[in-house]
Amino acid sequence: MLVRLALFAVAMFGFGFAMVPFYRAICDVTGLNSITKRDSVPTNTQVDTSRWVTIEFDANTRGLPWSFAPGSRSMRVHPGELVHVVYEVRNQSQQVIVGQAIPSYGPQIAAGYFRKLECFCFQKQQLEPGETRQMPVVFVIDPLLPKEVATVTLSYTFFELNAATPAAGSGKVSG
Amino acid sequence: MSTAVHGHTHGHDDHAHHPTGLRRFLTTTNHKDIGTMYLWFAFAMFLTGGVMALIIRAELFQPGLQITHPDFFNQMISLHGLIMVFGAIMPAFVGFANWQIPMMIGAPDMAFPRLNNWSFWLLPPAASLLVVSLFVPGGAVAAGWTLYPPLTVQMGMGMDLAIFALHILGMSSILGSINIITTILNMRAPGMTLMKMPLFVWTWLITAYLLVAVMPVLAGAVTMVLTDRHFGTHFFNPAGGGDPVLFQHVFWFFGHPEVYIIAIPAFGVISQVIPAFSRKPLFGYTSMVYATASIAILSFLVWAHHMYTTGIPLEAQLYFMYATSLIAVPTGVKVFNWVATMWKGSLSFETPMLFAIGFLFLFTIGGFTGLVLAITPVDIQLHDTYYVVAHFHYVMVAGALFSAFAGIYFWLPKWIGRMYDEKLGKWHFWLSFITFNLAFFVQHFLGLAGMPRRIPDYALQFADFNMVSSIGAFGFGLSQLLFLYIIVKAIRSGEKAPARPWEGADTLEWTHLPTPAPYHSFETPPLVK
Repeated sequence: MLVRLALFAVAMFGFGFAMVPFYRAICDVTGLNSITKRDSVPTNTQVDTSRWVTIEFDANTRGLPWSFAPGSRSMRVHPGELVHVVYEVRNQSQQVIVGQAIPSYGPQIAAGYFRKLECFCFQKQQLEPGETRQMPVVFVIDPLLPKEVATVTLSYTFFELNAATPAAGSGKVSG
Repeated sequence: MSTAVHGHTHGHDDHAHHPTGLRRFLTTTNHKDIGTMYLWFAFAMFLTGGVMALIIRAELFQPGLQITHPDFFNQMISLHGLIMVFGAIMPAFVGFANWQIPMMIGAPDMAFPRLNNWSFWLLPPAASLLVVSLFVPGGAVAAGWTLYPPLTVQMGMGMDLAIFALHILGMSSILGSINIITTILNMRAPGMTLMKMPLFVWTWLITAYLLVAVMPVLAGAVTMVLTDRHFGTHFFNPAGGGDPVLFQHVFWFFGHPEVYIIAIPAFGVISQVIPAFSRKPLFGYTSMVYATASIAILSFLVWAHHMYTTGIPLEAQLYFMYATSLIAVPTGVKVFNWVATMWKGSLSFETPMLFAIGFLFLFTIGGFTGLVLAITPVDIQLHDTYYVVAHFHYVMVAGALFSAFAGIYFWLPKWIGRMYDEKLGKWHFWLSFITFNLAFFVQHFLGLAGMPRRIPDYALQFADFNMVSSIGAFGFGLSQLLFLYIIVKAIRSGEKAPARPWEGADTLEWTHLPTPAPYHSFETPPLVK
């Protein structure tokens, strides 16, 4: 009894960890959280001039001494229109640092309709001390975007690569 | 203080050859001693967590920041939650289990007495880790008791101490549960079939299974946070492709059953008290057992109702909404059974019964607000508002805590051989009942009006209700000192209890054992017909 129950407890401890790959698999199968998938051009490329969507751009860094900002804070576009925006990143430290950006969208429902044709996300960016780099993003808002969505926010966060996460105990969040 | 309780309990017993003083409690393997220690430990933690709650309510007495720094406020919020859940309510019910299960099934002790001693002595170090974490650089954990990353990945070493505390507390709960399951399954008196067990024993059997199943999952979740913090893993850290939402899934897979781990033993206590003071057997015993079991099973299938606002797909929201609403069915069965037990009974209203009826009223309110929150579109409005705070305090305080009070007043004569002061007990009930509602009922309105929880300041229009709530909270806190006085008075100078102080109580500890219960009971098992 004791042994069996103890084994059960250990198995449940393992189950907690088994939820990690399980969660990934569920997200892959259902297409949730699929920010790493390549976006395709929407099949319907007709520009819908009857409606305007406001796109807001946001930029954050976490744990690395870079300045990071979009060329414009927001713009009004028609769904189906090809849009360019440039983000600028600058290494303000005295060291070579490698970073990588991860996108996220708000509202979440808009993520599936935000087709990026060119993007710097998930690419390693190595910046020399003081180096500035311009990074373009080219995207199309799928005209099928639900009507009630009038504003979409595209947000990037830069993380440092090849470094431990911000030291525990620092208790600080930058950006 | 624990010695005070026991100074009286073993006086009548001849085979009580055991060390005295501190060594007795360090080395004891007696289920009654350990039960007593659990209960006093839980009470000490209840006061500690209560002081934290009063700091929170003092800050919220008026809008603006008066007393605490916001970061300290967050630490109070988090520690109050952790200490009350893991330090006060859970050990209190384990204390009941230790005292009552062997006596109610006719066993001489728990199945693994030494393990039992260890389960208890794991608790004080864990609790001190939590309290000490207030004084380390960066302060205690300040991310709420749910410990969501990314906040918890970034915090200071107080978070590590909280993680270790949770590991130890989890270990203690798992060992205690293994002990309880084995005791119940292997050590029942001849003739006591499973379906003849008192409902309190049934509820603990089910709770213990829940604990063994989910405490390891919590341990896994906090271990992942720990390795994310220090060993470069990226379970929850988006920088390495992790996902903070995953933590919420793992946490609530533990967290929702945890709610029933707290509530189900409370149901068990109520199911003993109401029949005793209605002088009728429990209505629908079999349906009670099945209802409890189905609540336990359903509790594994509804976790994401805590996560409606994380962007889970519509289909998942619908499923979790319906599944959650389904829990109302077995819970309703239980409430109706308790009411039907009282129906046409010859009721009397001693303090345990008052607390049981108070439980019935207030727990039902908490259950209904839970149903409101189960409905996805409503929950998206009310998520993280004071409506949620009101809801779970109705379930945790008026549910679990009131039933613990009912149980203590009910079994105290059996434990110490002396009666509590009935008049003061009634005062304790009415003061608790009124101040509890003063503190928490108005929080429903605050939540509906949009006041967010876990924020030390609020908009001016919430000022009046917050003042009422704070007054109620202080009244409630002070009423518990009356409770302490009642218990100490009963131990020191209570009237000697008759062998069966409650004529309606008919479980083995009342019918087959003298009052107070001897240090060693049922060395020869009773025969149950």
